[in-house]
Amino acid sequence: MTSASLAEWSNLAVYSSMLVLIAALISFAVSFAARGQRVMSPERVPVGAGAPVSAQSPDNPPQSAVPGRRAGNVAMALTWLATGMLLLGLVLRGLWAGRVPWGNMYEFSLAWTLGILAVFLVVSMRRDIRWLGLPVVFLALLSLGLAVTVLYTEAAQLVPALKSWWLVIHVASAIICGGAFTVAAAISSLYLWRDRAERRGKVTGIVATLPDATRLDTLAYRILAFAFPLWTFAVISGAIWAENAWGRYWGWDPKETWAFITWVIYAGYLHARSTAGWRGRRAAYISLLGFVSFLINYFGVNIFVNSLHSYAGL
Amino acid sequence: MTATTDLPTSPPAAPPPLGGVGFARWCWRQLTSMRVALILLFLLAIAAIPGSVLPQRGTDPIRVNEWIEGNPTWGPLLDRLGFFDVYAAPWFAAVYLLLFVSVIGCVVPRTAHHWRALRAAPPAAPKRLDRMPEHRRWESSEPAEVVLDRAYDDLRSRRWRVSRGDGWVSGEKGYWRETGNLLFHASLIALLIAVGYGALFGWRGNVIVREGNGFADTLTQYDAWGGGRLADPAALPPFAFVLDDFRVDFERGEAQRGAPRLFEAELTLWPTPDAPAEPALVRVNEPLAIDGAKVFLVGHGYAPQLRLTDALGRVVHDEGVVFLPQDGNLTSTGVLKAPDATPSIGIEGLFLPTAAVDDVRGPHSTFPEADDPAVFLSAWAGDLGLDSGIPQSIYRLDTEGMTQLGIEALRPGETWALPGGNGTVEFVGLTRWASFQIAHDPGKEPALIASVIALAGLMMSLFIQRRRVWVRASDAGSPTTVVEVAGLARSDEADLAPVVQEVVDGIRAGSAGPGPHEGSGKP
Repeated sequence: MTSASLAEWSNLAVYSSMLVLIAALISFAVSFAARGQRVMSPERVPVGAGAPVSAQSPDNPPQSAVPGRRAGNVAMALTWLATGMLLLGLVLRGLWAGRVPWGNMYEFSLAWTLGILAVFLVVSMRRDIRWLGLPVVFLALLSLGLAVTVLYTEAAQLVPALKSWWLVIHVASAIICGGAFTVAAAISSLYLWRDRAERRGKVTGIVATLPDATRLDTLAYRILAFAFPLWTFAVISGAIWAENAWGRYWGWDPKETWAFITWVIYAGYLHARSTAGWRGRRAAYISLLGFVSFLINYFGVNIFVNSLHSYAGL
Repeated sequence: MTATTDLPTSPPAAPPPLGGVGFARWCWRQLTSMRVALILLFLLAIAAIPGSVLPQRGTDPIRVNEWIEGNPTWGPLLDRLGFFDVYAAPWFAAVYLLLFVSVIGCVVPRTAHHWRALRAAPPAAPKRLDRMPEHRRWESSEPAEVVLDRAYDDLRSRRWRVSRGDGWVSGEKGYWRETGNLLFHASLIALLIAVGYGALFGWRGNVIVREGNGFADTLTQYDAWGGGRLADPAALPPFAFVLDDFRVDFERGEAQRGAPRLFEAELTLWPTPDAPAEPALVRVNEPLAIDGAKVFLVGHGYAPQLRLTDALGRVVHDEGVVFLPQDGNLTSTGVLKAPDATPSIGIEGLFLPTAAVDDVRGPHSTFPEADDPAVFLSAWAGDLGLDSGIPQSIYRLDTEGMTQLGIEALRPGETWALPGGNGTVEFVGLTRWASFQIAHDPGKEPALIASVIALAGLMMSLFIQRRRVWVRASDAGSPTTVVEVAGLARSDEADLAPVVQEVVDGIRAGSAGPGPHEGSGKP
C-alpha cells in the first residue's frame, strides 16, 4: 500500500467512524426518548435497563418489553463499530507516518476520542451504562469534529525531542486518563441533574431513566479512582522523560504546571469523598473542575501558551 | 416515691474561655482536619496558575522584562509581589508548607492508630447481625461449635485475620489499604525533602561551544551558572571535551518543512585530567553522564567566521562569531567587537543560512540549512563603551558615541573594505555551534524513588478494600443451629455481596441443609 493511499484510508476510516457515531447518537436519543415517555408521574424506582433487578414492584414490566431497549442495543453496537473504525484510522495513520500515532494535536485528539470511547465500552462490559451513551458519544463527536476540521495536519516526522519510547508510555497514559476524566465528568453532570431532581422529589421524564444518584456518584468515583493513579504515573513518566530531554525533571513549564493543577484538583476530589459534608454534590463539582483543568492542560497550553510542550503541529 | 427534677431556670452557662494553649490546640486540630486540607489543596492549585500565564524569570527573563516595561502600572507591582517567580515566591511556599504540616500532623497520629489496629484482634461480633448491610441466615443440623470451628478455619485459609469468642467468629481484612494510604502521604513528604535537597545542593550551567573548540568543567568557562545555596562551585567534576562535529538535519519535505529531525554532537571527552581521550556522542534525549553530572544538548546555531583587519593592517579577529537564532529558519544576529583595532570597530550582523530578500520583510532566511549563506553587516567605529564599568551583553552593540561606517552583504569568501580606510572584513567561512546544559541534581534519584513508592501506596489505598465479617452460631433452645453471617465494608465498596457469599459457601461446604435466607438488613 503506498503511503498516499494509507493516508486516504486513514482519513476515510476516521470520517466513517464519525458517521457511525452520528447514527449511534441518534439511536441513543431514540432510546432515551422512548423510555422517558413511559414515565409520566414521579417514580420511586427508576425504570429502564440501568436499574437493579432486585427492586421488584408489581407494575415493573419484564425487561424485554422496556421500550427503547432495542434502540439502546443498536446504539451500543454502533458505538463498538465506530470505536473499531477509529482504532483502524489511528493505526493507519501510524503506519503512514512510520511512528506511534500521537505526535501532534490532530493525532492526540483522535487518540483522546478513542480513550473516551474505550473507557465507556470497557465499563459497559461490566455494567449497563446505556444511559451514559448519549453524552459520551456527543463528546466523542465533538472532539473528532474539532480534530478533523481545525486541528488536521499532514503526518510528518517527529522533532528530535519527541523521538523517545517515553512518547508511547507518557502520552498513552495521559490520553487514557483524558478519556476517563471525560467520562467521569459526563457522569458527574448527570449526577448533579439527577440529584437535583431527587431532592425536589420530581423524578420524571429523562431524569427517571438515569440510575439513582448514589449509583452515579459511585460509578464516577470508581472511574476516577482508576484514573488518578494513572495520571500520577503520567506525570512521573513525563518528569523522567523531561530529565532526559531537557536536563531537569520539573521546571514548572505551563504544561507541567497544569498537569500538576489537574492532579491536585482530583486529589481534592478523592479527599472530598472522605470528608463529611463534601460528598455528593460538592465532590461532583470538583470532578467537573478537574475536567476543565484537564481541558486547559490539553488544549489551552498547546494552543495559547508558548511552552516547551508546544508540539501542536498547527 | 417521686423524684423531682429541677428545671433549669437560667440558660446554660457559656463554655469557659479557651486560653492560649487551648486556642493553639484548636488551631492545630483545624489545620490537620480534612476540610482544611481540601482548602489548602485548592489554594495550591490556584496559586500555581499565575506561573503558567505570566512569563517567569527562571525560564524566560527577557520576556519578563519586556512585560514589565510594557505594563508600567501592573508590571512593577506584580514583580514586587513575586508573580514573575511564582514557584520561589514566599506565598506559594507558604501554601505548600502549610499543606505539608497538615499532612504530617494527620499522618503521624494515624500511623500510631494504625499500628495499634494492626496488633489488635478484630472486634467482637455485634449482637444484631441483621442490621448489617449484608446478612445471611440459615439453619444447620450441626452443633454450633462445629460450625464456628469450620468458619474459623475457612476464614484463616482465605487470609482473614480472625478472632473467636463465645458463639461468634470475627474476621477482618484489608489492613494494607491504610498502610498504602500512610505510605503515599509519607512519600509525598519524602518527595518534598528530596526536591528541597536537590535545590540546595544542585547546580546547573549553560555553555555555547563552537565546532573545533572545547570546554573544561570549571566555573569560569560557563556562560551561565547557578546553584543552590549549599552547592560548591569548587567541586565540579573535572571533565573536559572538544566539540569535533555537530550534525543537524532538517525536514525538506512539504509537511513541517524546516523542522529539525536530527541533532548530534560528536565530542572527544576527557573524563578526568589524567584519563585518555575517548569519543562521546550527545543527542537530544541521550545526555552524557559523567561523575554525577549530565551533559544535555539544548540548542545550536551558526558561527560565521569573520576576519577583521584594521586600518594599520593587523588582523585583530579571525575566528567564528556566535550568532543567536531568532526564528525557526535560523535567521541569526550577532555582534563582533574589536576594541584593539585602530580605530575600535563594532560590527552588527544578520546571518541567513538560506538568504532571501523581499520588500516587506527585508533580508530573511527561508530554510535553516546553509544552502545559500549570506551575512549582512553594519559596521561602526568609535568608543565601544567597554571601559565604562557597566557590563555589556556580547550579543548587543551599544552604538551611542559611535559613527556608522556602512552596510554591506557578504557571501562566503567575499571581502568588504570598510569605508574611510578603516580596515577590511572578510567572510571566511561557516562553522556551527552547539549549546550544552550541564546539570547536577543530587535529589533526583531520591525524588524518583519517593514518587514510585507514592504511586504504589496510592494504588494500595484505592484498590484494596477493608472489610469485616462476622459469623454467629447458636444452638441454645432449638433443635437446629441458627447460623448468621454478616459483612461490613469499611471503605467505599459497592459490592459486598460476593464476599459474604464466598464466606457462606466456605462454611456450608461439607454440610447439608436448607439454603440460606438472604437479605439486606438495612431498612
